[in-house]
Amino acid sequence: MSRLVIRPETEIQATANSLHADLERRVTGAPPGLCPLDLASSYLKVYSAQTCGKCVPCRVGLRQLEKLIDDLIEGRGDLKTVDLIERTAESIYHSADCAIGYEAANMVLKGVRGFREDYIAHATKGHCLAEGFQAVPCVSLCPAHVDVPGYIALINAGRQADAVRLIRKDNPFPSVCAMVCEHPCENKCRRGLVDDALNIRALKLYAVTNSGHVPVYREGESAAPATGKKIAIVGGGPSGISAAYYLGMMGHSVEIFEQRKQLGGMLRYGIPAYRLPREILDEEINTLLTAGDIKVHTETIIGGDSYPLAKLRSEFDAVYIAIGAHTDKSLRIPGEDAEGVMSAVTLLRKIGDDNYPDFTGKKVVVIGGGNVAMDCARSSMRLHADRVVIAYRRRREEMTALPEEVMAAEAEGCELFELVAPQKVEVENDKAKALWVQPQMISFVKDGRPSPKPASTEPVRIEADIIVVAIGQGIESYNFMNVPVNTRSGTIKTLDSEELENMPGIFSGGDCVTGPATVISAIGAGKIAAANIDEYLGFNHPINIPVDIPEPVPHNRPACGRVKLRERSVDDRVKDFSLVEESMTQEEMEQETNRCLRCDRYGFGTFRGGRELRW
Amino acid sequence: MVNIKINGTALQVPENITILEAAKMHNINIPHLCYLKDLNEIGACRVCVAEIVGLDRLVASCNTKVLEGMEIRTNSPKVRQARKINIELLLSQHSARCPECARSGNCELQSIANNLGITEFPYHEDIKHLDWDQEFPLIRKDEKCIKCMRCVQVCEKVQQMNVWDVAKSGSQTLVDCRGGKDITEINCTVCGQCITHCPVGALVERDDTQKVRDAFADGDKIMIASVAPAVRTSWGEQLGLTHDEATATRLASALRAVGFDYVFDTDFSADLTIMEEASEFVEKLKNAKREKFPMFTSCCPGWIRFIKMEFPDLVPQLSSAKSPQQMFGAIIKSWYAQILGVTPDKIYHVSFMPCTAKKYECDVECMNSSGARDVDAVLTVREMDRLIRSEGVNVKDLQDSEFDKPLGTASGAGHIFGTTGGVMEAALRTAYNLVTGKNPDPDAFNYVRDYNGLKEVEFEIAGAKLKIAVVHGLGNIRKLCEEIQSGRVHYDFVECMACPTGCAGGGGQPIHEGEELGEGRGKILLDMDKKMTLRFSHENPSIIQCYKEYLGKPLGEKSHHLLHTDQSKWELWKSK
Repeated sequence: MSRLVIRPETEIQATANSLHADLERRVTGAPPGLCPLDLASSYLKVYSAQTCGKCVPCRVGLRQLEKLIDDLIEGRGDLKTVDLIERTAESIYHSADCAIGYEAANMVLKGVRGFREDYIAHATKGHCLAEGFQAVPCVSLCPAHVDVPGYIALINAGRQADAVRLIRKDNPFPSVCAMVCEHPCENKCRRGLVDDALNIRALKLYAVTNSGHVPVYREGESAAPATGKKIAIVGGGPSGISAAYYLGMMGHSVEIFEQRKQLGGMLRYGIPAYRLPREILDEEINTLLTAGDIKVHTETIIGGDSYPLAKLRSEFDAVYIAIGAHTDKSLRIPGEDAEGVMSAVTLLRKIGDDNYPDFTGKKVVVIGGGNVAMDCARSSMRLHADRVVIAYRRRREEMTALPEEVMAAEAEGCELFELVAPQKVEVENDKAKALWVQPQMISFVKDGRPSPKPASTEPVRIEADIIVVAIGQGIESYNFMNVPVNTRSGTIKTLDSEELENMPGIFSGGDCVTGPATVISAIGAGKIAAANIDEYLGFNHPINIPVDIPEPVPHNRPACGRVKLRERSVDDRVKDFSLVEESMTQEEMEQETNRCLRCDRYGFGTFRGGRELRW
Repeated sequence: MVNIKINGTALQVPENITILEAAKMHNINIPHLCYLKDLNEIGACRVCVAEIVGLDRLVASCNTKVLEGMEIRTNSPKVRQARKINIELLLSQHSARCPECARSGNCELQSIANNLGITEFPYHEDIKHLDWDQEFPLIRKDEKCIKCMRCVQVCEKVQQMNVWDVAKSGSQTLVDCRGGKDITEINCTVCGQCITHCPVGALVERDDTQKVRDAFADGDKIMIASVAPAVRTSWGEQLGLTHDEATATRLASALRAVGFDYVFDTDFSADLTIMEEASEFVEKLKNAKREKFPMFTSCCPGWIRFIKMEFPDLVPQLSSAKSPQQMFGAIIKSWYAQILGVTPDKIYHVSFMPCTAKKYECDVECMNSSGARDVDAVLTVREMDRLIRSEGVNVKDLQDSEFDKPLGTASGAGHIFGTTGGVMEAALRTAYNLVTGKNPDPDAFNYVRDYNGLKEVEFEIAGAKLKIAVVHGLGNIRKLCEEIQSGRVHYDFVECMACPTGCAGGGGQPIHEGEELGEGRGKILLDMDKKMTLRFSHENPSIIQCYKEYLGKPLGEKSHHLLHTDQSKWELWKSK
């Protein structure tokens, strides 16, 4: 008998491990359920199975918690039950011997406190507060509620132009979103229960790449008859143009007032061309402007003395403010005003107007960990920088940039310095020479993410001719518009309808209301504004589904990998600002579309919420 | 056409139909529970599952379309097992106390379970009960609900009242009144369409048969039955009679066999309603400048509840004429009590109706104008059948017998009240006579008949152009009321019936799984009218006698007291 032996994985262990992986996927891949009590009860069952059985609070207490919560679910409990659940969970948290017990109790405790009203509703009325139903995940998670299963079915059927038309029913920017959308639709894709979420954005890219030019109207179609109403839109970004597009279709006269030389907002002045080629952006915008009577005034600033908002309001029947978030936040460190230090907004704005700076031979440091920081870093490589460093205060895990953006930046040669906080800019002859950073160590979790704290080590010098500050944007010029503002975030305050309180007829949406967010939320806000402005003006012009959707074809759905987009080789792509991604092939498209589970037609979608025929 | 195989047999079927429809076309039976054509094709019960050769998992045949080359098995071992287990799972949450269920013998769950040979039950029983106001005419028994969602769909898509909704979530999901409200607080018209589309006994009318038996047992009451127009089209359906056998006169014999002292015809009071309502309309036309149009018919209590709840501004435009049921009650307990020489409380009047809302109507306090309760009990056709069966009456062997006189005489105009357009047609026949002094061709107005939801027509009486509309089904009615309220359309006279096809498709009619019989039943009434020589309400000799001996004239003082009502005073529900 050997003193120690190798134990190979048994078949039972292998099955257990594979089931464990399935469960992990299921928990991340599907909405956890509608009723928080149901959720707590089912998780408690898992925790009870995990207990080692030694200590009392964990072995007995978790089982009792489950039964108490079930009492509430089944309508047997009352307010005393809620109280008992809380006290029991608290006691288990305080007295269980190891984390299996006290963390389980902690989760129950968070639930009973966080969902207090639901627990009380169960205790007093026998049911949840939560209304609603299990929606189609991709559609409900998209801020514009684009009919994802519908357009995937159309792509599968080879009807790419119809797919574009269907997307435009809810989102006028299929091409833009095919390239730059953050695709929240993929987050809870039910296909994740089988293998992995669908690559929805890539499929959209296939549609727009293969659809040819799709005009707004087919033969015989046109905008609704002119209503004689005039609407002013302040800001020609994705939100403003979306609102203009739908309002134009509804027959209203729209005028867009844009501060800069060209339309597009952050799409042009925030996103570099290698992610969103200018000709595609221009073509999409030009198409959308044909939706109706839409006029554009560029280089026109609203607000201030020259053109006060009140004047605009008096000249138009309604106003939509969608001015975005274009000001940069400063670092507030010594040396910040030296030559060579610039904001991300400044750099990207220049690039947006095709004014490319030359970084040949320069050492660039980009400060920040968001998508904008990655855009600046990757652009700097393309501007021939000698070296590009991304300096971030926390770790890669905490970055808000999409992981694929971080990976692409690194692949293109950017270096990632984690856990460094900018301390000062070293200046020589008024020019930046280096960035001094204070090393950090990762520490306690605050507001759900680990926060950094200064490490007890010496500051570090990073040589730098160019320092790009990409630590977030703010909202500009609202204050001289005299609109209500959230004091904490500095964003414009609106009602649920996007109308400003006590300012009838003035609506606002997009980044200037939410703070810097995604393109698709700005588009969604534009859609909401269009609907509510139409209603405010006394109309009800529906935007109808423009095409019929193919029926699902029943077939086996064996687990299958997710098709990823190929990218141009690094050597090639860092030399220019042309598009990095390549659209998928037809056979890849066919395989990927067939992975769609058609939640619009199976599951709850056949009964309710499967398809919105008009809005 | 596409080529498919079902259970090995090669078939050609049209494109774009479901497996279930294709099978049905070729007489292949696939059991199904939740499916309701065009309304509920949600694949919830998974009883209609079928196997497609080459596919690992089964599909719901109710919402899977056939495709060229598809090979389908409706009875393979995999299908058989899944179907049986799914029924057993449903039974685990279904209170299968079949002998005491109103739907026993006419229950899809019961018959499928029987057909599949389920004799043992392997699962834990998990049956829930919900409180329900047992006084309300519409009763929901949660312990029987199989969550097929048919009631939700009919109420939402056809009637557009949205009374029912999915409540709770996860494995706790159930059907309940929308927003967790009580049925007495929510806008339920009591039309009963959810009952007639429920596959099991989860939705039923309040059973009033015992109340009627108690009245018989009293021994001291004069028992009087009145039979509504549409009842004669359907009463034999669940008693094993063909339509030809199930005559109105055989029904009269059946009710006598049950023990009724007098069997009368509600169609008589339909004629009476026409006398009052047509006169009211002609009067309004004379004062057109002071009146608001359209005038709405008022014989359907589902519609009355609807307008009171959804379009209260239009209530003043309802005709003040009571419904035939309530006119009948008032006349029986006044004029007929006088003829019999008894006080009204000696009479017990049972009204047989194709309707559940009539149970509500007879309870409306301000309806009673005879000094007693005008209508003592309302039984649906289903309850009537149960009453007849419980008395052991062998309807097959009964001889026909006429309704009693004088309240058993009706015109063809009275008969057609039971189908959409009938009230309007009957009213126009008499209105024409009132205005011109001459009878029109009795078929002159038959173009108001229509089974598609809404019919608009224009015609002339004595040079005056009139625009009328006939509408049935509350979804269609809502649309019309919105149009009227917005001023986009104008009518002079509108007939509204809450149930699709009118009373012939009423919520109190016999239930036939997957079939809509309203139109067919309606045509029986139209046919009856066509064959009659007496086709005008104002020529009904009993009507003439009633006015001569008792009422005086239409819209006269007595009529006003007995036959008209102030709809604004109707309470929607008062729990006892």
